[in-house]
Amino acid sequence: MAAGREMKLIEIADGVHAFSGAYELMSPANEGAICNLGLIVGNEAAAIIDSGGSIVEAQAFLAAIREITDRPIRYLVNTHMHPDHIFGNAVFRDAGAIIVGHHNLPRALEARSDFYLQSYREQLGDELMKGIEIIPPSMLVDERLELDLGGRKIMLRAWKPAHTDNDLTAYDTTTKTLFAGDLVFLGHLPTIDGSLLGWMRQMKELAAVEADRVVPGHGPASARWPDALQPQERYFEALAADLRKAIAAGIPLSEAVKTAGQDARDDWSLFDDFNGRNATAAYAELEWE
Amino acid sequence: MRNSSDTIRRLKAGLRTTAIATLLATAASFAVAPLACAEDANAPANELWNSLKTDVFSNKPIQESAGLVSIEAPKRAQDAALVPVDIHIDPAKAPDGLKALTLIIDVNPSPVAATFKFGEKSGVTHLSTRVRVNDYSFVRAIAETPDGQLYMAETFVKASGGCSAPAVKNQDEAKATMGQMKLRQFAQQESTDGKAPELQLMIRHPNNSGLQRDPLTQYFIPPLFIHELSVKQGDREIFSMESGISISEDPNFRFDYKPAGNSPIHVEAVDTKGNKFQDQWPVQTAGL
Repeated sequence: MAAGREMKLIEIADGVHAFSGAYELMSPANEGAICNLGLIVGNEAAAIIDSGGSIVEAQAFLAAIREITDRPIRYLVNTHMHPDHIFGNAVFRDAGAIIVGHHNLPRALEARSDFYLQSYREQLGDELMKGIEIIPPSMLVDERLELDLGGRKIMLRAWKPAHTDNDLTAYDTTTKTLFAGDLVFLGHLPTIDGSLLGWMRQMKELAAVEADRVVPGHGPASARWPDALQPQERYFEALAADLRKAIAAGIPLSEAVKTAGQDARDDWSLFDDFNGRNATAAYAELEWE
Repeated sequence: MRNSSDTIRRLKAGLRTTAIATLLATAASFAVAPLACAEDANAPANELWNSLKTDVFSNKPIQESAGLVSIEAPKRAQDAALVPVDIHIDPAKAPDGLKALTLIIDVNPSPVAATFKFGEKSGVTHLSTRVRVNDYSFVRAIAETPDGQLYMAETFVKASGGCSAPAVKNQDEAKATMGQMKLRQFAQQESTDGKAPELQLMIRHPNNSGLQRDPLTQYFIPPLFIHELSVKQGDREIFSMESGISISEDPNFRFDYKPAGNSPIHVEAVDTKGNKFQDQWPVQTAGL
Protein backbone atom coordinates (compact mmCIF):
# COMPACT_ATOMS: atom_id res chain seq x y z
CA MET A 1 0.00 0.00 0.00
CA ALA A 2 2.42 2.66 -1.18
CA ALA A 3 1.59 6.28 -0.45
CA GLY A 4 -1.48 7.38 -2.34
CA ARG A 5 -2.61 3.85 -3.09
CA GLU A 6 -6.15 3.13 -2.02
CA MET A 7 -7.21 0.72 0.68
CA LYS A 8 -9.72 -1.83 -0.51
CA LEU A 9 -12.60 -2.37 1.89
CA ILE A 10 -14.89 -5.29 1.08
CA GLU A 11 -18.56 -5.17 2.05
CA ILE A 12 -18.92 -8.57 3.72
CA ALA A 13 -22.48 -8.02 4.97
CA ASP A 14 -25.03 -5.22 4.80
CA GLY A 15 -23.29 -2.11 6.17
CA VAL A 16 -20.26 -4.12 7.35
CA HIS A 17 -16.91 -3.64 5.58
CA ALA A 18 -13.51 -5.20 6.16
CA PHE A 19 -9.93 -4.88 4.98
CA SER A 20 -7.71 -7.94 4.86
CA GLY A 21 -4.08 -7.29 5.85
CA ALA A 22 -1.04 -8.97 4.33
CA TYR A 23 0.32 -12.19 5.89
CA GLU A 24 3.60 -10.48 6.58
CA LEU A 25 5.60 -8.84 9.35
CA MET A 26 5.17 -5.06 9.52
CA SER A 27 7.64 -3.48 7.08
CA PRO A 28 8.27 -0.29 5.10
CA ALA A 29 6.95 -2.11 1.99
CA ASN A 30 3.55 -2.96 3.50
CA GLU A 31 3.38 0.24 5.57
CA GLY A 32 2.29 -1.74 8.59
CA ALA A 33 -0.92 -2.90 6.90
CA ILE A 34 -0.88 -6.49 8.13
CA CYS A 35 -3.98 -6.88 10.26
CA ASN A 36 -7.65 -6.84 9.34
CA LEU A 37 -9.69 -3.71 9.89
CA GLY A 38 -13.45 -3.21 10.04
CA LEU A 39 -16.16 -0.63 9.53
CA ILE A 40 -19.77 -0.88 10.69
CA VAL A 41 -22.19 1.80 9.54
CA GLY A 42 -25.36 2.61 11.52
CA ASN A 43 -28.14 5.12 10.83
CA GLU A 44 -26.46 7.87 12.82
CA ALA A 45 -22.82 6.96 13.16
CA ALA A 46 -20.12 4.48 12.29
CA ALA A 47 -17.74 2.39 14.37
CA ILE A 48 -14.42 1.05 13.24
CA ILE A 49 -12.49 -1.94 14.49
CA ASP A 50 -8.75 -1.25 14.91
CA SER A 51 -6.80 1.59 13.35
CA GLY A 52 -3.89 -0.09 11.52
CA GLY A 53 -0.13 -0.23 11.88
CA SER A 54 0.92 3.27 10.77
CA ILE A 55 -0.45 6.76 10.25
CA VAL A 56 -0.13 6.24 6.49
CA GLU A 57 -2.31 3.13 6.68
CA ALA A 58 -4.82 4.82 8.99
CA GLN A 59 -5.15 7.76 6.59
CA ALA A 60 -5.82 5.37 3.69
CA PHE A 61 -8.39 3.62 5.90
CA LEU A 62 -10.06 6.94 6.71
CA ALA A 63 -10.15 7.88 3.01
CA ALA A 64 -11.73 4.50 2.17
CA ILE A 65 -14.33 4.99 4.90
CA ARG A 66 -15.21 8.40 3.47
CA GLU A 67 -15.91 6.76 0.10
CA ILE A 68 -18.54 4.64 1.86
CA THR A 69 -20.14 6.97 4.40
CA ASP A 70 -20.00 10.55 5.62
CA ARG A 71 -21.50 9.68 9.01
CA PRO A 72 -19.30 10.49 12.00
CA ILE A 73 -16.93 7.79 13.22
CA ARG A 74 -18.20 7.69 16.76
CA TYR A 75 -16.12 4.78 18.06
CA LEU A 76 -12.75 3.21 17.40
CA VAL A 77 -12.68 -0.26 18.98
CA ASN A 78 -9.13 -1.47 19.76
CA THR A 79 -9.22 -5.26 19.88
CA HIS A 80 -5.91 -5.45 21.85
CA MET A 81 -2.51 -3.85 22.44
CA HIS A 82 -0.44 -4.91 19.43
CA PRO A 83 1.08 -2.17 17.24
CA ASP A 84 -0.41 -3.40 13.94
CA HIS A 85 -3.86 -2.77 15.46
CA ILE A 86 -3.29 0.51 17.32
CA PHE A 87 -0.53 2.54 15.67
CA GLY A 88 -3.13 4.42 13.60
CA ASN A 89 -5.16 5.55 16.64
CA ALA A 90 -4.12 9.22 16.39
CA VAL A 91 -5.84 9.63 13.00
CA PHE A 92 -9.22 8.56 14.39
CA ARG A 93 -8.84 10.42 17.68
CA ASP A 94 -8.28 13.51 15.55
CA ALA A 95 -11.39 12.59 13.52
CA GLY A 96 -13.38 12.69 16.77
CA ALA A 97 -13.74 8.98 17.57
CA ILE A 98 -13.99 7.71 21.15
CA ILE A 99 -11.39 4.98 21.62
CA VAL A 100 -12.80 1.86 23.30
CA GLY A 101 -10.77 -0.99 24.76
CA HIS A 102 -10.51 -3.88 27.23
CA HIS A 103 -10.15 -2.77 30.86
CA ASN A 104 -6.60 -4.21 30.86
CA LEU A 105 -5.55 -2.33 27.73
CA PRO A 106 -4.29 0.90 29.37
CA ARG A 107 -2.08 -1.09 31.76
CA ALA A 108 -0.70 -3.28 28.96
CA LEU A 109 0.13 -0.24 26.84
CA GLU A 110 1.85 1.52 29.73
CA ALA A 111 4.13 -1.48 30.17
CA ARG A 112 5.05 -1.64 26.49
CA SER A 113 4.74 1.78 24.89
CA ASP A 114 8.44 2.70 25.10
CA PHE A 115 9.45 -0.71 23.79
CA TYR A 116 6.95 -0.58 20.92
CA LEU A 117 7.90 2.93 19.82
CA GLN A 118 11.58 2.05 19.85
CA SER A 119 11.59 -1.44 18.39
CA TYR A 120 9.13 -0.63 15.60
CA ARG A 121 11.23 2.35 14.59
CA GLU A 122 13.87 -0.20 13.63
CA GLN A 123 11.33 -2.33 11.80
CA LEU A 124 9.29 0.35 10.01
CA GLY A 125 11.81 3.17 9.68
CA ASP A 126 11.65 6.82 10.81
CA GLU A 127 9.40 7.91 7.95
CA LEU A 128 6.53 5.52 8.77
CA MET A 129 6.85 6.12 12.51
CA LYS A 130 6.01 9.80 12.01
CA GLY A 131 2.99 10.87 14.02
CA ILE A 132 2.52 7.52 15.76
CA GLU A 133 1.35 7.88 19.35
CA ILE A 134 0.35 5.17 21.78
CA ILE A 135 -3.13 6.35 22.75
CA PRO A 136 -4.95 4.37 25.42
CA PRO A 137 -8.73 3.94 25.26
CA SER A 138 -10.90 6.44 27.09
CA MET A 139 -13.88 4.08 27.28
CA LEU A 140 -13.20 0.73 28.95
CA VAL A 141 -15.06 -2.58 28.76
CA ASP A 142 -15.21 -4.54 32.01
CA GLU A 143 -17.14 -7.52 30.68
CA ARG A 144 -19.65 -6.40 28.09
CA LEU A 145 -20.64 -3.09 26.62
CA GLU A 146 -23.22 -2.13 24.00
CA LEU A 147 -22.51 0.57 21.44
CA ASP A 148 -25.44 2.19 19.62
CA LEU A 149 -24.82 3.47 16.09
CA GLY A 150 -28.49 4.36 15.49
CA GLY A 151 -30.65 1.37 14.64
CA ARG A 152 -27.62 -0.84 15.00
CA LYS A 153 -26.20 -2.30 18.17
CA ILE A 154 -22.63 -3.51 18.57
CA MET A 155 -21.92 -5.83 21.48
CA LEU A 156 -18.40 -5.59 22.86
CA ARG A 157 -17.01 -8.35 25.00
CA ALA A 158 -13.82 -8.45 27.09
CA TRP A 159 -12.18 -11.87 27.27
CA LYS A 160 -9.91 -13.48 29.81
CA PRO A 161 -6.18 -13.76 28.90
CA ALA A 162 -5.73 -15.58 25.60
CA HIS A 163 -3.91 -13.98 22.65
CA THR A 164 -3.06 -11.15 25.10
CA ASP A 165 -4.51 -10.19 28.48
CA ASN A 166 -6.58 -7.46 26.81
CA ASP A 167 -8.57 -9.15 24.01
CA LEU A 168 -11.87 -7.54 23.01
CA THR A 169 -14.39 -8.71 20.39
CA ALA A 170 -17.11 -6.72 18.61
CA TYR A 171 -20.34 -8.32 17.41
CA ASP A 172 -22.72 -6.65 14.99
CA THR A 173 -26.18 -7.85 16.04
CA THR A 174 -27.81 -6.76 12.76
CA THR A 175 -25.79 -9.04 10.47
CA LYS A 176 -24.43 -11.48 13.07
CA THR A 177 -20.86 -10.60 12.16
CA LEU A 178 -18.16 -11.18 14.75
CA PHE A 179 -14.99 -9.10 14.70
CA ALA A 180 -12.78 -11.44 16.66
CA GLY A 181 -9.57 -9.43 16.72
CA ASP A 182 -6.58 -11.72 17.23
CA LEU A 183 -8.63 -14.30 19.10
CA VAL A 184 -8.98 -15.82 15.63
CA PHE A 185 -6.18 -16.36 13.12
CA LEU A 186 -6.56 -17.97 9.71
CA GLY A 187 -3.66 -18.55 7.34
CA HIS A 188 -1.29 -16.41 9.44
CA LEU A 189 0.10 -18.45 12.35
CA PRO A 190 -1.51 -17.45 15.67
CA THR A 191 0.84 -15.65 18.06
CA ILE A 192 0.66 -16.18 21.81
CA ASP A 193 1.36 -13.11 23.93
CA GLY A 194 -1.05 -13.86 26.77
CA SER A 195 -1.91 -17.41 27.75
CA LEU A 196 -2.11 -20.53 25.59
CA LEU A 197 -4.14 -22.34 28.25
CA GLY A 198 -6.47 -19.36 28.64
CA TRP A 199 -6.97 -19.27 24.88
CA MET A 200 -7.67 -23.01 24.68
CA ARG A 201 -10.06 -22.85 27.63
CA GLN A 202 -12.11 -20.08 25.98
CA MET A 203 -12.40 -21.73 22.56
CA LYS A 204 -15.76 -23.33 23.41
CA GLU A 205 -17.18 -20.09 24.70
CA LEU A 206 -15.90 -18.32 21.63
CA ALA A 207 -17.42 -20.96 19.34
CA ALA A 208 -20.75 -20.47 21.13
CA VAL A 209 -21.04 -16.89 19.86
CA GLU A 210 -24.03 -17.03 17.51
CA ALA A 211 -22.38 -15.46 14.51
CA ASP A 212 -22.81 -16.25 10.84
CA ARG A 213 -19.36 -15.04 9.90
CA VAL A 214 -16.17 -13.84 11.49
CA VAL A 215 -13.60 -11.22 10.59
CA PRO A 216 -10.39 -12.72 12.02
CA GLY A 217 -7.61 -10.43 13.25
CA HIS A 218 -5.39 -11.96 10.57
CA GLY A 219 -6.77 -13.93 7.65
CA PRO A 220 -9.39 -13.33 4.95
CA ALA A 221 -11.81 -10.40 5.31
CA SER A 222 -14.58 -12.83 6.19
CA ALA A 223 -14.82 -16.52 7.08
CA ARG A 224 -17.49 -19.00 8.11
CA TRP A 225 -18.25 -19.28 11.78
CA PRO A 226 -17.41 -21.30 13.85
CA ASP A 227 -15.50 -23.36 11.25
CA ALA A 228 -12.84 -20.66 11.23
CA LEU A 229 -11.71 -21.78 14.68
CA GLN A 230 -10.68 -25.28 13.65
CA PRO A 231 -7.18 -24.69 12.24
CA GLN A 232 -5.96 -22.75 15.26
CA GLU A 233 -7.51 -25.25 17.64
CA ARG A 234 -5.58 -28.05 15.93
CA TYR A 235 -2.36 -26.04 16.17
CA PHE A 236 -2.81 -25.22 19.86
CA GLU A 237 -3.54 -28.83 20.73
CA ALA A 238 -0.53 -30.13 18.82
CA LEU A 239 1.78 -27.51 20.32
CA ALA A 240 0.54 -28.16 23.85
CA ALA A 241 0.81 -31.94 23.42
CA ASP A 242 4.41 -31.71 22.17
CA LEU A 243 5.41 -29.39 25.00
CA ARG A 244 3.71 -31.42 27.72
CA LYS A 245 5.56 -34.49 26.51
CA ALA A 246 8.88 -32.63 26.56
CA ILE A 247 8.28 -31.17 30.01
CA ALA A 248 7.36 -34.58 31.43
CA ALA A 249 10.57 -36.03 29.98
CA GLY A 250 12.69 -33.26 31.53
CA ILE A 251 13.73 -31.79 28.18
CA PRO A 252 14.78 -28.16 28.81
CA LEU A 253 13.05 -25.19 27.20
CA SER A 254 15.94 -24.41 24.84
CA GLU A 255 15.70 -27.92 23.33
CA ALA A 256 11.93 -28.42 23.44
CA VAL A 257 11.14 -25.30 21.43
CA LYS A 258 13.15 -26.56 18.46
CA THR A 259 10.67 -29.34 17.66
CA ALA A 260 7.36 -28.44 19.36
CA GLY A 261 4.50 -27.76 16.96
CA GLN A 262 6.65 -28.43 13.88
CA ASP A 263 4.13 -30.88 12.37
CA ALA A 264 1.85 -27.90 11.67
CA ARG A 265 4.57 -26.06 9.72
CA ASP A 266 3.02 -26.50 6.25
CA ASP A 267 -0.44 -25.36 7.37
CA TRP A 268 0.48 -21.74 8.11
CA SER A 269 2.11 -18.60 6.79
CA LEU A 270 4.85 -17.06 8.96
CA PHE A 271 5.32 -20.32 10.84
CA ASP A 272 9.08 -19.90 11.24
CA ASP A 273 8.64 -16.33 12.38
CA PHE A 274 6.37 -17.15 15.28
CA ASN A 275 6.30 -20.83 16.23
CA GLY A 276 9.52 -20.69 18.25
CA ARG A 277 8.24 -17.77 20.27
CA ASN A 278 4.87 -19.41 20.81
CA ALA A 279 6.59 -22.57 21.98
CA THR A 280 8.83 -20.60 24.35
CA ALA A 281 5.95 -18.75 25.98
CA ALA A 282 3.79 -21.88 26.12
CA TYR A 283 6.56 -24.02 27.65
CA ALA A 284 6.97 -21.51 30.49
CA GLU A 285 3.23 -21.60 31.06
CA LEU A 286 2.71 -25.36 30.77
CA GLU A 287 5.53 -26.34 33.12
CA TRP A 288 3.42 -24.97 35.98
CA GLU A 289 0.53 -27.38 35.27
CA MET B 1 21.33 9.45 13.32
CA ARG B 2 24.93 9.04 14.36
CA ASN B 3 24.71 11.91 16.78
CA SER B 4 21.50 10.86 18.39
CA SER B 5 22.67 7.32 18.93
CA ASP B 6 25.87 8.62 20.50
CA THR B 7 23.76 10.59 22.90
CA ILE B 8 21.81 7.50 23.71
CA ARG B 9 25.00 5.59 24.41
CA ARG B 10 26.26 8.26 26.77
CA LEU B 11 22.95 8.38 28.52
CA LYS B 12 23.00 4.64 28.97
CA ALA B 13 26.58 4.61 30.20
CA GLY B 14 25.73 7.27 32.75
CA LEU B 15 22.79 5.36 34.06
CA ARG B 16 24.61 2.11 34.25
CA THR B 17 26.92 3.09 37.07
CA THR B 18 24.02 3.84 39.36
CA ALA B 19 22.18 0.75 38.30
CA ILE B 20 25.08 -1.49 39.18
CA ALA B 21 25.80 0.17 42.45
CA THR B 22 22.45 -0.90 43.76
CA LEU B 23 21.60 -3.79 41.46
CA LEU B 24 18.28 -2.01 41.19
CA ALA B 25 17.49 -0.35 37.95
CA THR B 26 15.02 2.33 38.73
CA ALA B 27 11.97 2.29 36.58
CA ALA B 28 12.92 5.62 35.13
CA SER B 29 16.14 4.25 33.70
CA PHE B 30 14.14 1.75 31.70
CA ALA B 31 12.18 4.56 30.18
CA VAL B 32 15.06 6.80 29.23
CA ALA B 33 17.46 4.11 28.07
CA PRO B 34 16.08 3.38 24.63
CA LEU B 35 17.09 0.36 22.64
CA ALA B 36 20.08 0.73 20.41
CA CYS B 37 19.71 0.52 16.66
CA ALA B 38 20.31 -2.86 15.16
CA GLU B 39 23.00 -1.65 12.77
CA ASP B 40 25.31 -0.19 15.38
CA ALA B 41 24.97 -3.03 17.86
CA ASN B 42 28.36 -4.53 17.11
CA ALA B 43 30.66 -1.55 16.94
CA PRO B 44 30.16 -0.02 20.39
CA ALA B 45 29.80 -3.40 22.11
CA ASN B 46 33.38 -3.46 23.36
CA GLU B 47 33.20 0.14 24.47
CA LEU B 48 30.09 -0.73 26.48
CA TRP B 49 31.75 -3.73 28.05
CA ASN B 50 34.92 -1.81 28.90
CA SER B 51 33.05 0.71 31.03
CA LEU B 52 30.86 -2.00 32.50
CA LYS B 53 33.84 -4.19 33.41
CA THR B 54 35.39 -1.45 35.50
CA ASP B 55 32.09 -0.76 37.25
CA VAL B 56 31.56 -4.37 38.24
CA PHE B 57 35.02 -5.84 38.70
CA SER B 58 37.15 -2.72 39.29
CA ASN B 59 40.48 -3.28 37.59
CA LYS B 60 40.75 -6.97 38.27
CA PRO B 61 42.03 -8.78 35.16
CA ILE B 62 39.52 -11.04 33.44
CA GLN B 63 40.93 -13.97 31.49
CA GLU B 64 39.45 -15.74 28.52
CA SER B 65 37.63 -18.77 29.86
CA ALA B 66 39.54 -21.32 27.75
CA GLY B 67 36.75 -23.80 28.41
CA LEU B 68 36.65 -23.37 32.19
CA VAL B 69 33.27 -21.72 31.83
CA SER B 70 31.04 -21.74 28.75
CA ILE B 71 27.75 -20.07 27.95
CA GLU B 72 25.01 -20.86 25.47
CA ALA B 73 21.95 -18.87 24.43
CA PRO B 74 19.91 -18.77 21.22
CA LYS B 75 21.54 -16.55 18.57
CA ARG B 76 18.18 -14.95 17.92
CA ALA B 77 15.89 -14.76 20.92
CA GLN B 78 12.47 -16.27 20.26
CA ASP B 79 10.94 -14.26 23.07
CA ALA B 80 12.86 -11.26 24.41
CA ALA B 81 11.17 -11.73 27.78
CA LEU B 82 12.33 -15.35 28.08
CA VAL B 83 15.78 -16.09 26.75
CA PRO B 84 17.21 -19.38 28.01
CA VAL B 85 20.86 -19.20 29.08
CA ASP B 86 22.94 -22.29 29.85
CA ILE B 87 26.23 -22.06 31.70
CA HIS B 88 28.63 -24.99 32.04
CA ILE B 89 31.70 -25.26 34.21
CA ASP B 90 34.34 -27.79 33.25
CA PRO B 91 35.22 -29.76 36.41
CA ALA B 92 38.56 -30.79 34.85
CA LYS B 93 39.57 -27.11 34.64
CA ALA B 94 37.94 -25.98 37.86
CA PRO B 95 38.39 -28.98 40.16
CA ASP B 96 37.39 -27.01 43.25
CA GLY B 97 34.32 -25.59 41.58
CA LEU B 98 33.51 -21.90 41.52
CA LYS B 99 33.28 -19.30 44.22
CA ALA B 100 30.99 -17.04 42.20
CA LEU B 101 29.46 -16.55 38.80
CA THR B 102 28.23 -13.22 37.42
CA LEU B 103 25.77 -13.08 34.54
CA ILE B 104 25.86 -9.85 32.56
CA ILE B 105 23.68 -8.58 29.71
CA ASP B 106 25.55 -5.59 28.30
CA VAL B 107 22.70 -3.49 26.92
CA ASN B 108 20.08 -4.03 29.62
CA PRO B 109 19.27 -1.06 31.85
CA SER B 110 20.49 -3.16 34.78
CA PRO B 111 23.25 -5.17 33.07
CA VAL B 112 24.16 -7.38 36.04
CA ALA B 113 21.42 -9.97 35.73
CA ALA B 114 22.60 -12.04 38.65
CA THR B 115 25.55 -12.95 40.83
CA PHE B 116 25.60 -16.55 42.04
CA LYS B 117 27.75 -17.68 44.95
CA PHE B 118 28.36 -21.38 45.37
CA GLY B 119 28.71 -23.34 48.57
CA GLU B 120 31.92 -25.28 49.09
CA LYS B 121 31.73 -28.66 47.38
CA SER B 122 28.27 -27.84 46.03
CA GLY B 123 29.30 -29.67 42.88
CA VAL B 124 27.44 -27.32 40.53
CA THR B 125 28.82 -27.77 37.01
CA HIS B 126 25.77 -26.61 35.11
CA LEU B 127 23.32 -23.79 35.70
CA SER B 128 20.60 -22.56 33.40
CA THR B 129 18.14 -19.73 33.83
CA ARG B 130 16.00 -17.40 31.69
CA VAL B 131 16.59 -13.72 31.19
CA ARG B 132 15.12 -10.64 29.55
CA VAL B 133 17.28 -9.23 26.78
CA ASN B 134 16.37 -5.75 25.59
CA ASP B 135 18.22 -5.63 22.29
CA TYR B 136 21.18 -7.07 20.41
CA SER B 137 23.56 -7.82 23.23
CA PHE B 138 26.48 -9.80 24.50
CA VAL B 139 25.50 -12.08 27.35
CA ARG B 140 28.48 -12.89 29.55
CA ALA B 141 29.31 -15.36 32.28
CA ILE B 142 32.23 -14.37 34.49
CA ALA B 143 33.42 -17.17 36.73
CA GLU B 144 35.46 -16.64 39.85
CA THR B 145 37.47 -19.62 41.00
CA PRO B 146 38.24 -20.12 44.73
CA ASP B 147 41.70 -18.60 44.21
CA GLY B 148 40.08 -15.34 43.08
CA GLN B 149 40.83 -15.61 39.34
CA LEU B 150 38.20 -14.39 36.89
CA TYR B 151 37.36 -16.19 33.64
CA MET B 152 34.85 -15.00 31.08
CA ALA B 153 32.78 -16.63 28.35
CA GLU B 154 30.31 -14.73 26.21
CA THR B 155 27.69 -15.20 23.51
CA PHE B 156 25.78 -12.75 21.34
CA VAL B 157 21.97 -12.65 21.38
CA LYS B 158 19.79 -10.78 18.92
CA ALA B 159 16.62 -9.80 20.70
CA SER B 160 14.66 -7.00 19.13
CA GLY B 161 11.75 -6.05 16.97
CA GLY B 162 8.27 -7.42 16.85
CA CYS B 163 5.78 -7.35 19.63
CA SER B 164 7.74 -9.60 21.98
CA ALA B 165 8.16 -6.90 24.58
CA PRO B 166 10.11 -7.88 27.69
CA ALA B 167 6.95 -7.44 29.77
CA VAL B 168 4.66 -9.63 31.85
CA LYS B 169 2.12 -11.37 29.60
CA ASN B 170 -0.66 -12.09 32.05
CA GLN B 171 -0.49 -9.53 34.82
CA ASP B 172 -3.43 -10.63 36.96
CA GLU B 173 -2.26 -14.23 37.03
CA ALA B 174 1.26 -13.09 37.93
CA LYS B 175 -0.04 -11.16 40.92
CA ALA B 176 -2.36 -13.93 42.09
CA THR B 177 0.25 -16.69 42.14
CA MET B 178 3.25 -14.73 43.44
CA GLY B 179 5.53 -16.74 45.70
CA GLN B 180 4.49 -20.26 44.70
CA MET B 181 7.46 -22.58 44.22
CA LYS B 182 8.01 -25.88 42.53
CA LEU B 183 11.06 -28.14 42.61
CA ARG B 184 11.62 -30.82 40.03
CA GLN B 185 14.28 -33.42 40.67
CA PHE B 186 15.96 -35.30 37.87
CA ALA B 187 17.78 -38.52 38.60
CA GLN B 188 21.43 -39.04 37.85
CA GLN B 189 20.95 -40.56 34.41
CA GLU B 190 18.77 -37.64 33.37
CA SER B 191 21.38 -35.01 34.09
CA THR B 192 23.27 -33.50 31.20
CA ASP B 193 26.71 -34.78 32.09
CA GLY B 194 25.53 -38.00 33.73
CA LYS B 195 27.44 -37.32 36.93
CA ALA B 196 25.09 -35.64 39.35
CA PRO B 197 21.38 -35.26 39.91
CA GLU B 198 19.75 -32.09 38.64
CA LEU B 199 17.23 -29.80 40.25
CA GLN B 200 14.87 -27.35 38.60
CA LEU B 201 13.65 -24.59 40.87
CA MET B 202 10.66 -22.57 39.71
CA ILE B 203 9.35 -19.50 41.54
CA ARG B 204 6.15 -17.67 40.65
CA HIS B 205 6.96 -13.99 40.65
CA PRO B 206 6.22 -11.22 38.11
CA ASN B 207 9.81 -9.98 38.50
CA ASN B 208 8.22 -6.76 37.46
CA SER B 209 10.38 -4.38 35.52
CA GLY B 210 8.75 -1.28 36.94
CA LEU B 211 7.85 -0.13 33.46
CA GLN B 212 4.36 0.91 34.35
CA ARG B 213 3.23 4.35 35.30
CA ASP B 214 0.64 4.99 37.94
CA PRO B 215 -2.29 6.26 35.86
CA LEU B 216 -3.09 8.95 38.43
CA THR B 217 0.32 10.30 39.36
CA GLN B 218 2.15 9.40 36.15
CA TYR B 219 5.08 8.34 38.34
CA PHE B 220 6.60 4.98 37.62
CA ILE B 221 5.54 2.20 39.93
CA PRO B 222 8.70 0.91 41.62
CA PRO B 223 9.98 -2.36 40.22
CA LEU B 224 9.25 -5.51 42.21
CA PHE B 225 11.53 -8.47 41.76
CA ILE B 226 13.33 -11.21 43.61
CA HIS B 227 16.75 -9.94 44.62
CA GLU B 228 17.95 -12.61 47.03
CA LEU B 229 17.71 -16.34 46.71
CA SER B 230 19.28 -19.11 48.71
CA VAL B 231 19.20 -22.82 47.88
CA LYS B 232 20.44 -25.25 50.52
CA GLN B 233 20.48 -28.93 51.25
CA GLY B 234 20.02 -29.06 54.99
CA ASP B 235 22.47 -26.46 56.34
CA ARG B 236 24.77 -26.75 53.38
CA GLU B 237 24.54 -24.04 50.76
CA ILE B 238 24.27 -25.13 47.16
CA PHE B 239 24.13 -21.57 45.89
CA SER B 240 22.84 -18.14 46.71
CA MET B 241 21.98 -15.44 44.25
CA GLU B 242 21.62 -11.68 44.16
CA SER B 243 19.69 -10.58 41.13
CA GLY B 244 18.06 -7.75 39.25
CA ILE B 245 15.17 -7.26 36.87
CA SER B 246 16.86 -9.01 33.96
CA ILE B 247 15.85 -12.40 35.33
CA SER B 248 12.61 -13.40 33.55
CA GLU B 249 9.18 -13.48 35.09
CA ASP B 250 8.73 -16.68 37.13
CA PRO B 251 12.45 -17.11 37.86
CA ASN B 252 13.62 -20.55 36.84
CA PHE B 253 16.92 -22.27 37.64
CA ARG B 254 18.09 -25.69 36.61
CA PHE B 255 21.39 -26.97 38.02
CA ASP B 256 23.22 -30.08 39.05
CA TYR B 257 24.65 -30.55 42.54
CA LYS B 258 26.45 -33.06 44.69
CA PRO B 259 24.00 -34.40 47.27
CA ALA B 260 25.21 -34.92 50.83
CA GLY B 261 22.98 -37.23 52.81
CA ASN B 262 19.22 -37.10 52.78
CA SER B 263 18.52 -33.64 54.15
CA PRO B 264 15.74 -31.79 52.37
CA ILE B 265 16.28 -29.03 49.82
CA HIS B 266 15.38 -25.68 51.30
CA VAL B 267 14.76 -22.53 49.28
CA GLU B 268 14.29 -18.98 50.47
CA ALA B 269 13.65 -16.00 48.22
CA VAL B 270 13.24 -12.32 49.12
CA ASP B 271 11.84 -9.68 46.82
CA THR B 272 12.49 -5.95 46.73
CA LYS B 273 9.38 -5.25 48.83
CA GLY B 274 10.77 -7.52 51.55
CA ASN B 275 8.32 -10.35 50.88
CA LYS B 276 9.95 -13.60 51.92
CA PHE B 277 9.03 -16.86 50.24
CA GLN B 278 10.26 -20.24 51.39
CA ASP B 279 9.64 -23.89 50.79
CA GLN B 280 11.35 -27.24 51.19
CA TRP B 281 11.26 -30.65 49.58
CA PRO B 282 12.64 -34.05 50.55
CA VAL B 283 15.39 -35.34 48.31
CA GLN B 284 14.03 -37.94 45.94
CA THR B 285 16.31 -40.87 45.63
CA ALA B 286 14.67 -42.22 42.51
CA GLY B 287 14.51 -38.87 40.76
CA LEU B 288 11.85 -38.44 38.10
